[in-house]
Amino acid sequence: MSTNDDAAAGARPGPRLSQEIVIEGASADAPVGAQAIAPDHSPRAAPSGRQVVATAPSPTPATATDVLREIEQFLYRQSELLDGKLWQDYIDLFADDGIYWMPVTPEQTEWEGSPSIFAEDKYMMEVRMGRVTHPTAWSQAPMWATSHVLGNVVIESTSSDQWVVRSRFHMMELRRDTVRHFGGTYRHTLVRDRGRLRIKLQRVDMFNAQAPYDYVLQVWV
Amino acid sequence: MNLSQLVEPDRVHRTVYTDQQIFDREIAQIFERVWVYCGHETQVPQVGDYHALTIGRQPMFMVRGKDRQIRVLHNRCPHRGVQLCGNQRGNAGSALVCSYHAWSFHLDGRLRSMPLQHGYDGTRVSADNPDCSVKPAARVDSYRGFVFASLAATGPSLVEFLGEARVAFDDMCDRSPVGEVEVVPICHRVIQHSNWKFFMENQLDALHPSVTHQSTGIAAGRVERKIKEQTGAAPLYYHYLSAFASKFEQWDAVQTINFPRGHGILKAYMGLRPQDPDTRAHEELLVKAYGAEKTEEYLSRGIHHVLVYPYLSVQSPLQQLRCLRPLSPGKTLSEIWHFRLKGAPEAIYRRSLWYYNLVNSPATMVNADDLENWTKGQWGLESSGGDWVSFHRNYGGDTEEAGVVYSNNGTSEAVMRNQFRAWSQYMADSP
Repeated sequence: MSTNDDAAAGARPGPRLSQEIVIEGASADAPVGAQAIAPDHSPRAAPSGRQVVATAPSPTPATATDVLREIEQFLYRQSELLDGKLWQDYIDLFADDGIYWMPVTPEQTEWEGSPSIFAEDKYMMEVRMGRVTHPTAWSQAPMWATSHVLGNVVIESTSSDQWVVRSRFHMMELRRDTVRHFGGTYRHTLVRDRGRLRIKLQRVDMFNAQAPYDYVLQVWV
Repeated sequence: MNLSQLVEPDRVHRTVYTDQQIFDREIAQIFERVWVYCGHETQVPQVGDYHALTIGRQPMFMVRGKDRQIRVLHNRCPHRGVQLCGNQRGNAGSALVCSYHAWSFHLDGRLRSMPLQHGYDGTRVSADNPDCSVKPAARVDSYRGFVFASLAATGPSLVEFLGEARVAFDDMCDRSPVGEVEVVPICHRVIQHSNWKFFMENQLDALHPSVTHQSTGIAAGRVERKIKEQTGAAPLYYHYLSAFASKFEQWDAVQTINFPRGHGILKAYMGLRPQDPDTRAHEELLVKAYGAEKTEEYLSRGIHHVLVYPYLSVQSPLQQLRCLRPLSPGKTLSEIWHFRLKGAPEAIYRRSLWYYNLVNSPATMVNADDLENWTKGQWGLESSGGDWVSFHRNYGGDTEEAGVVYSNNGTSEAVMRNQFRAWSQYMADSP
């Protein structure tokens, strides 16, 4: 090994490594890469029709604090009734013409007329309650429980004695030896009926509504 | 593997539901050879629209080309194997472009271009080498708008394969005054923790409803009666559920018809031809389109649902379809679709929508208990607590004419016996 040779190599690197290319990004108006090959190709699905714009919660005036607090307590109670399997008490939270609705996509606007995961008036809710409490509801035999956490409560709009309230939920479900997670948005239309808050419409947009279901949902989320 | 020792006319060995080697052979001999449902042509209405699916173990997609033809291609770039469609559905524009090195393909799968093409000069890569294009399914055909593909270059045609079971699609489409349906673009996907055969057997099993679905049937019947007392009449969809709580003897009177290749029909039992104004308005449209005689022929087909063995259950009177994609011996994906009768009154769609929502949605009050049975069934068959599965009910008591087995009792296990007759033939055929 010779020091002189090393110095010479450093001064005169091999010809193949001496070529220096600097890639510069193309100018903004010339398509590059995949777009140069097929400008109209995109891997994304076409955007869906209706955009759901979240309205930021505005500071609540002091006069409305009592209502917000009442609504929050109402929603917490709803979660507790579901987790406690107090089905009739849960159904009683609904107005006589109340609807529980879980659409498949956020774009759906009406509870009837397009496919839904749940679309139930109080009569159909009574069927569901009757099913899960019947002695031969075989799918209710395994250990089964849910735990709801609810937050981000926002009053979207208010008119005389009617509130549209948005909140977020996370539900864990234990069935047999497996835990599943469901999450999404509730949008409650609440009315005051004989002094008490009642649900006119509970809309449930699950963020994993269109994912494959490993088993199904037996009761309201 | 001696399959003839596993399948006897009146019983089958449990391993046909659980064994990995048998499952692998089913995929190769059955699912990757028969005509498999890909989707409805209205799922890809525009040029470039695609819908991804699986045939056996092969990721595929159907795509509408510039010539408006629908093709079914392997979802695989011939360069390095990367899947070309990264979503379940979408629009590819005018070309399919690989996300890895931008090889691009015409919508019919032919190689279109790649970057720095001269790099391939003198190699076997060229537009006229079929290995450089996206591989198509061996055969694609459609029946009344329902698109099927077969990965086998030879074999029966689609119409031969469907045989008498094609009435599923006729019965659906003939209820439209223009003879066509269009897809409702939502697909529910539910995973069954059971072998695919559990579902296929269950669909024509008329004994299980009043056991498995008793809780729902009784609860729905109670509310149905309450509404009748309060208002005089309950909506038809309560009957969809309350009918499940019928007596064993009533179910025994419902007939199954079992065709060659394992296909079959469970005859109607729900009384889906009420004489309300909506039904009459619908029937008037059909009479105007087809005449009274044809309309009567179309509407008097007494079908509950039709099975296209080994993976499809079509509930033609309510325009719904369930399609199986087997994943492993004990795991099956079901895809559940609904269709609209083109030109029929909105009320008719809404009436069938109730069935889709109550029975076929992921919050189903019916399949919840089926899925529980099949899960427990799969576990039982995976155990060594016994070797055989019994199909003895009404054995020897069915009527066979020209290869078609008619059950004389609705609850006859003729259904399972007939499906395994087809299964044995498929599994024995040399590829």
